[in-house]
Amino acid sequence: MFYSLSTLLIPKILESHTEIKLYILHSHFLFYTHTHTHIYIYIYMASIGTGYDLSATTFSPDGRVFQVEYAQKAADSSGLTLGMCCKDGVVLAVEKVLLSKMLLKESGRRVHLIDQHAILAVAGMGPDGRQLATRARQECEQYRNIFRMPMPAHLLAERIAGYVHVHSLYWHVRPFGCTILIGTWDGKQGPALYMIDPSGTFYRYYGCAAGKGKQGAKTGLEKLDFHQLSCEDALFELAKLINAAHDESKDKPYEMEMIWIKRDLGKASLVPPNLIETVRQRAEQLAREEEMAD
Amino acid sequence: MWKEEQYAGVSIPNDCLPFTTEQHMLGTTIMAVEFDGGVVLGADSRTTTGAYIANRVSDKITPLSERIYCCRSGSAADTQAIADYVRYYLSIHQLDLDDLPCVKTAASICRELCYSNKDRLLAGIICAGWDPLYGGQVYTIPLGGTMIRQPYSIGGSGSTYIYGFCDAHFQKGMSREQCIDFTKKAVALAMARDGSSGGVIRLVVIEKQGVWREMIAGNQLPVISAE
Repeated sequence: MFYSLSTLLIPKILESHTEIKLYILHSHFLFYTHTHTHIYIYIYMASIGTGYDLSATTFSPDGRVFQVEYAQKAADSSGLTLGMCCKDGVVLAVEKVLLSKMLLKESGRRVHLIDQHAILAVAGMGPDGRQLATRARQECEQYRNIFRMPMPAHLLAERIAGYVHVHSLYWHVRPFGCTILIGTWDGKQGPALYMIDPSGTFYRYYGCAAGKGKQGAKTGLEKLDFHQLSCEDALFELAKLINAAHDESKDKPYEMEMIWIKRDLGKASLVPPNLIETVRQRAEQLAREEEMAD
Repeated sequence: MWKEEQYAGVSIPNDCLPFTTEQHMLGTTIMAVEFDGGVVLGADSRTTTGAYIANRVSDKITPLSERIYCCRSGSAADTQAIADYVRYYLSIHQLDLDDLPCVKTAASICRELCYSNKDRLLAGIICAGWDPLYGGQVYTIPLGGTMIRQPYSIGGSGSTYIYGFCDAHFQKGMSREQCIDFTKKAVALAMARDGSSGGVIRLVVIEKQGVWREMIAGNQLPVISAE
């Protein structure tokens, strides 16, 4: 009999064959022949998962699901993605890292319109995020068809989070490699902002950050007064945070993408490119001035 | 008059007494009127099986949620079933919202059921109520399954007799009491002319504070000058 890479088997093998355990500790690659029972065991060692990271369907002995954590890593290594509630709407902003100088501007967008009252931004794998955006659009449309109302934010977030979560339950699918921010505005509740991570966990926030440099951005967001700031103010604040997270000498150039829902516009829309350019330049100018002052 | 079939000493009327086999119908007069802050719903109380009055005090105004009611006309069985489904969907929707559902939502679910099963149903429904977002609203869903919002709506076989009265007497911006009066008179007129409407008038007033019901007995209907 030949067993290959069965994660289900490994814990059992470890239980019954202590000598194999020793081999595992000492080598990364092992081909072991148990002559007595004629069982060939082929074990590949991943760096930290110790064999429990090959499937999202298996918990590690200390209660972690490594595949989901790796997906979170994929989300954390992408450009900074920010969202914040304002007194008159919600704004999402993305630092889209440009991998090539030949890329056309505004291609491979990471901010998506979902419905008249809902927007979405992606941190992590773009295609995964696009699929979630499509799903969110379908959910909103279906809800409108049945109930003739815009889908409430908490239901939309719950539905999408549920969809993300089932992708962490089966061996034949891969978890989503992205964290998404969903912003909505409705007449009854006002602004709402939700963040959903690859495990399907979701929380509602005043302001939140995902992607590279999220820690610094979170500290910056915590200082803001979400009840006082307007959407226009938020554009500048988010631009400052993205600019601060970006190291011009080290990091690749980036494009700033922004999307918002404002009460006075009445529906979600992409922030006009010239407006983004203006706040970006203002933020960069401010950073330069502060640097000069130091 | 009719043939009887003798069976085990019990006589069963066979073919000339249709009410034994006919469907229960709400040959009806129903209406609903919007006012600022709520709605008034009115209906007669006659349920017939053919020429026979199966129920002279039926209640055709059925609750769908706390502040949304519907007036039913057509087949009693069909409209009851629809109302049951809508009530069920709305109760779940209410949990989702953690608030009162919108009248438009209730009407839209009614419409969905009526439209998608239109070749199997005989149902004309007026859906009316109050919600925190848009206040009092009246939606009517006639036979084919269209959904129309109206300042007031009349329905059922009896309504044909009172179009003129309603056109002449409906005014924009009527108060709660004026609406109640308008509804009472209109339904009473229809009941007087329509053979398949009658019995008592049932009234329901829905507003933010709550729901009030009133019954006007058959011998206390508003006196109409023509009579």
